[in-house]
Amino acid sequence: MSIRQFLDGIEHHFEKGGRHERWYALYEAVDTIFYSPGSVTKSTSHVRDGIDLKRIMITVWLCTFPAMFFGMWNIGFQANSYLATNPEALIGDGGLRTAFINALAVTGAGAGLLDNFIYGMAYFIPIYAVTFVVGGFWEVMFATVRRHEINEGFFVTSILFALICPPTVPLWQVALGITFGIVIGKEVFGGTGKNFLNPALTGRAFLYFAYPAQISGDTVWTAVDGFSGATSLSWAASGGVEALESQIGWANAFMGTIQGSMGETSTLAVLAGGAVLLIMKIASYRIVGGVLLGMIATSLLMNVVGSETNPMFAVPAHWHLVMGGFAFGMMFMATDPVSSAMTHTGRWCFGILVGVMTILIRVVNPAFPEGIMLAILFANLFAPLMDHYVVQANVKRRLARG
Amino acid sequence: MSEMTAKQVLFEPIFSNNPIGLQILGICSALAVTTSMNVTIVMCLSVIAVTAFSNLAVSLVRAQIPNSIRIIAQMTIIASLVIVVDQFLKAYAYEVSKQLSVFVGLIITNCIVMGRAEGFAMKNGPWLSFLDGIGNGMGYSVMLLFVAFFRELLGAGALFGVTLMTPVSQGGWYVPNGLLLLPPSAFFIIGLAIWALRAWKPEQVEEADFKMSRHTHKEAF
Repeated sequence: MSIRQFLDGIEHHFEKGGRHERWYALYEAVDTIFYSPGSVTKSTSHVRDGIDLKRIMITVWLCTFPAMFFGMWNIGFQANSYLATNPEALIGDGGLRTAFINALAVTGAGAGLLDNFIYGMAYFIPIYAVTFVVGGFWEVMFATVRRHEINEGFFVTSILFALICPPTVPLWQVALGITFGIVIGKEVFGGTGKNFLNPALTGRAFLYFAYPAQISGDTVWTAVDGFSGATSLSWAASGGVEALESQIGWANAFMGTIQGSMGETSTLAVLAGGAVLLIMKIASYRIVGGVLLGMIATSLLMNVVGSETNPMFAVPAHWHLVMGGFAFGMMFMATDPVSSAMTHTGRWCFGILVGVMTILIRVVNPAFPEGIMLAILFANLFAPLMDHYVVQANVKRRLARG
Repeated sequence: MSEMTAKQVLFEPIFSNNPIGLQILGICSALAVTTSMNVTIVMCLSVIAVTAFSNLAVSLVRAQIPNSIRIIAQMTIIASLVIVVDQFLKAYAYEVSKQLSVFVGLIITNCIVMGRAEGFAMKNGPWLSFLDGIGNGMGYSVMLLFVAFFRELLGAGALFGVTLMTPVSQGGWYVPNGLLLLPPSAFFIIGLAIWALRAWKPEQVEEADFKMSRHTHKEAF
């Protein structure tokens, strides 16, 4: 019996009046994973296109894969580089992860490509699994109670959220963070399409303010117990460009063999995934262009203004591009089609605001080392206002034309 | 208004017409003074006292106040009462008054006090106005205590200053949630409380500004 026959056979249980009527959302989700729905939208305004929401979301999901696989390798690479010089350090977290790594991989100086990758898997896979199960639980619950369909957007939210966590984040915090992101960031406003904040970033911002010790600082980015070392952003804040060039080197930062959140270190991998999104017109080139433009202009301005006490002022634009989560935020977070601006001019403004705010927070604000997360959330709040003024200006221009 | 009974005036503001939950007033102090239960209770008692007695005083002189300067007259009464409360706290609860610092003085600007004086006491007799002040003060208190309960319990692992869940920093197991010690967290808790309140009493839900037409499908083939 084929899957189609099986699904058709049980469908009547889930339809109105059926035995399991309340679980319709779940049935629908399973059905649309295997088969394209045979129905089309007919209400309100909509676009006829070969690409639908499901295909968009799956493409974004796939486009994060270069960053994800590189991130897993990099977790192992960072840890093993440290273990090579400090063989007494504890491998993993002392629990199941340590057992998994010891059973399958060589650690320390002799670790190869696959060993690094296995080390990273031991960290990334549990975090992603928790994100997916807990977030999925809330999705299904709201979909069931509110009788709407489970949306593929959750695939994207879950992978993005997992990729912007540090490898050592405790799993219960992952669960809390994705819960906050999905419930407060999205479902209380009515679900996908009605959220004005990016849910993945909302969840991370929650963790950032609630548990700063586990998500920022010098000890959380490398998956070895007791490790402590500065990230690119803290080198820049303490020693400026000189420290960055001597301690890290631009090519390493661009390749991504540096410390950082799991998926954000490699600018190269992020840009590779982002390029596909831009070519397929899933991500708006206007937003990405705006973010770049705002970032370059503001960092040039900061270079010109200069400061004797704050070396961050002198950091040039090409370093800002590869530090922290800038590239990841620009390609995957700022381009979220729901929470960013909808009009073409609005998208330029939105992007520029993100770029400007990121550099301002990084350089001028001493309280927050990284700015892209807060900058995107900040710009999300202004997106509807930007669209409003663009639409009003258009109405006015057309009226004047007569 | 005249047909309202004393019981209604006293108890309606607690859940049915909550000043924070339904009228969305007095949010500023709800963010500022809700990090610990002790401080919150003192603040609540202060607001109940000020609202009740300012309502009583305004109601007593409501026929004498010229309409064009009524706001100034109400403000004078409220300000005097706030000073009395402030001095009282400094004399008898010095520690708490230091923690509350400027927020006792800021009861003057609490929209609930002014709102009840203008909206209720100017039109009703002294007894009902007094009860209305107590009722609204209690409505405010219920919401503040709800917020403070979660903020102190989850933010510091304690209630009324007594540690219930020992934080990691003191050798325990509980990792305190730092967000709840920051004022914006009260927004989330108030928001969730309003969600719960309106799920319980659906008549409080505001009418939607516009309605999206239902999403419908038709078979493609």
